[in-house]
Amino acid sequence: MARAVTNRRKLIVTVAAWAVGIAIFFPILWTVILSFKSEGDAIKTPLEVLSSAWTFESYATVQERSNYVRHFWNSVVISLGSTLLGLIIAIPAAWAMAFVPGKQTKNVLMWMLSTKMLPPVGVLVPIYLIFRDVGLLDTKTGLVIVLTLINLPIIVWMLYTYFKEIPGEILEAARMDGASLRNELIHVLTPMAVPGIASTVLLNIILAWNEAFWTLNLTAAKAAPLTAFIASYSSPEGLFYAKLSAASTMAIAPILIMGWFSQKQLVRGLTFGAVK
Amino acid sequence: MTLSFRALMGACAMGALCTAAAAQSTTITVATVNNGDMIRMQGLMDAFNEAHPDITVEWVTLEENVLRQRVTQDVATKGGQFDVMTIGTYEVPIWGERGWLVSLDDLPESYDVDDILPAIRGGLTVDGSLYAAPFYGESSMVMYRRDLMEAAGMEMPDAPTWEFIKEAAAAMTDKGNEVYGICLRGKAGWGENMAFLSAMANSYGARWFDMDWKPQFDSEEWKATLTDYLELMNEYGPPGASSNGFNENLALFQSGKCGMWIDATVAASFVTNPDESTVADQVGFALAPDNGLGKRGNWLWAWNLGIPAGTQNEEAAKTFVEWATSKEYTALVAEKEGWANVPPGTRQSLYDNQEYLDAAPFAQMTLESINAADPQNPTVDDVPYVGVQFVAIPEFQGIGTAVGQQFSAALAGQVSAEQALSMAQQLTEREMTRAGYIK
Repeated sequence: MARAVTNRRKLIVTVAAWAVGIAIFFPILWTVILSFKSEGDAIKTPLEVLSSAWTFESYATVQERSNYVRHFWNSVVISLGSTLLGLIIAIPAAWAMAFVPGKQTKNVLMWMLSTKMLPPVGVLVPIYLIFRDVGLLDTKTGLVIVLTLINLPIIVWMLYTYFKEIPGEILEAARMDGASLRNELIHVLTPMAVPGIASTVLLNIILAWNEAFWTLNLTAAKAAPLTAFIASYSSPEGLFYAKLSAASTMAIAPILIMGWFSQKQLVRGLTFGAVK
Repeated sequence: MTLSFRALMGACAMGALCTAAAAQSTTITVATVNNGDMIRMQGLMDAFNEAHPDITVEWVTLEENVLRQRVTQDVATKGGQFDVMTIGTYEVPIWGERGWLVSLDDLPESYDVDDILPAIRGGLTVDGSLYAAPFYGESSMVMYRRDLMEAAGMEMPDAPTWEFIKEAAAAMTDKGNEVYGICLRGKAGWGENMAFLSAMANSYGARWFDMDWKPQFDSEEWKATLTDYLELMNEYGPPGASSNGFNENLALFQSGKCGMWIDATVAASFVTNPDESTVADQVGFALAPDNGLGKRGNWLWAWNLGIPAGTQNEEAAKTFVEWATSKEYTALVAEKEGWANVPPGTRQSLYDNQEYLDAAPFAQMTLESINAADPQNPTVDDVPYVGVQFVAIPEFQGIGTAVGQQFSAALAGQVSAEQALSMAQQLTEREMTRAGYIK
């Protein structure tokens, strides 16, 4: 049933939406502002910060001190690698759960989700020891595996929800026409679920890019991604806000730009199936 | 044909050469903390690379707490991720005793191990063996505003008492203009408020444990320490002090809001730096206060380079540690960056150098503060542990932080001093019994 939307209501909703948006974006904006200030100015009161001189000093220091490109490349490999590996495992899994559910499917789904409820530090030492023994410490391969495993429940759940929206009859029709299971998955199901898969991929890349617990604990010099790059700029003794902000801005810029360009896809995917 | 053959031979020879060079080169990974001196060393690596072209150094720079967790995890599991680790004076005695570190007793004569300050060396020695080389050392002292002190009509002695500090704090406080007589650490943590309070307690004659490892928070000395600390902070300290650590107090002092600040000697170079501090030309220094009991309320800390036992590159790691903590490195920093930027607090020869004393006005005070601290005998009475502002046992990180939370809560006004001390006593006793120290 359509509802009349008064101008006043529209105004309130618009103002509220902007307020929430600004509140969410403000910390990022402040980080960017601080990155263009000197260390001395960065600790002043907000008004003084805004009126102080702008400088590229922190970016120059960060550029000089760290190897940004290497950390960036590691982040790219780890987040894309874990997303790809996750999809390869999750598409067949979600297909099975959505189209040929068994008695335990719901329980399996819940169990997968429950693994996300365990604080990661609880399994840090066992995983560290396993990685040590198989030589995966400080390797990109090791991180791809770990990040795939921790994000797999989310990928499976998201894909499962999208697949549920696709009428099973279409797949049946494909089967009637003689499509093999492989062809059914690759040529029929996947193209129809592209918006869902795309938003799953985007979300997973963002999660893997920002993951800081495992990437800090399992790496040293070779496989360290941008999270380790940021961590090297925090200091308990001495001022570091401006440099830390510059490092953070450099670390989040790629993912922010990617998110900006793909926001339509992301929102469409995330709200897919929300309205019935 | 001949040309191709020659080219092929040439390529093979080049390839063989490169392979040989690669085989000879050793890569060591150094885990380090993010502080000015360590970052400076990373910028001076050309000198090391020139002298040792066969060793490549990879750096892993981390924030202190992350670093501590990473290196402890790695050394305890023999993960082998790092060949050199930057560790504090808290870790060295514990790790050395467990055989987790390579002994450095075989450093060459030219290294002049006897030049290392006795207080620092004592903290890095286990059963007569040196287990880490100090890179830079620090103590704590009073930093104060000379202009405010003068306006209050008082004069700071070189070695003040706690009584004087209280009087001066009262005289300097002007809350209407956001000037607070004293700024001290209040943020909970074994390396935050407990570093300050344990050192302050030493000067009051208090101790963490008696010779039977029984906690002493129920003693009169601890009560006096905490009561005086709370009075100082509540009457003359900045608002919200229970969340202030080193950096928060540094920011307050640099923006002219603190009359006095008792903290790490390393802060001296920050507060006197005109680029960062609005009060750079008004800062004076004094020894940490005492109570006439023969012990001052200053701590002792050093960042050291240690080599984890079981590293595949022990020789190369030793070469690096020797270079980074040598007199030659000090001279190199002085030449490239000036004497004021030399890592302080580890070698006597630095304090015998007039050029350094001229460049660093706080040098003498730093040396006296370090020499005044004795990790083996930190307080008035005998103790069974090593460490001035910490107790060098593995359980201390947990216990120290839990006690720190109680004291921080007392500062925030959530519990009284008596309640905080009683809770501290209970929890420490419980943990020490569980760990088997108390039978």
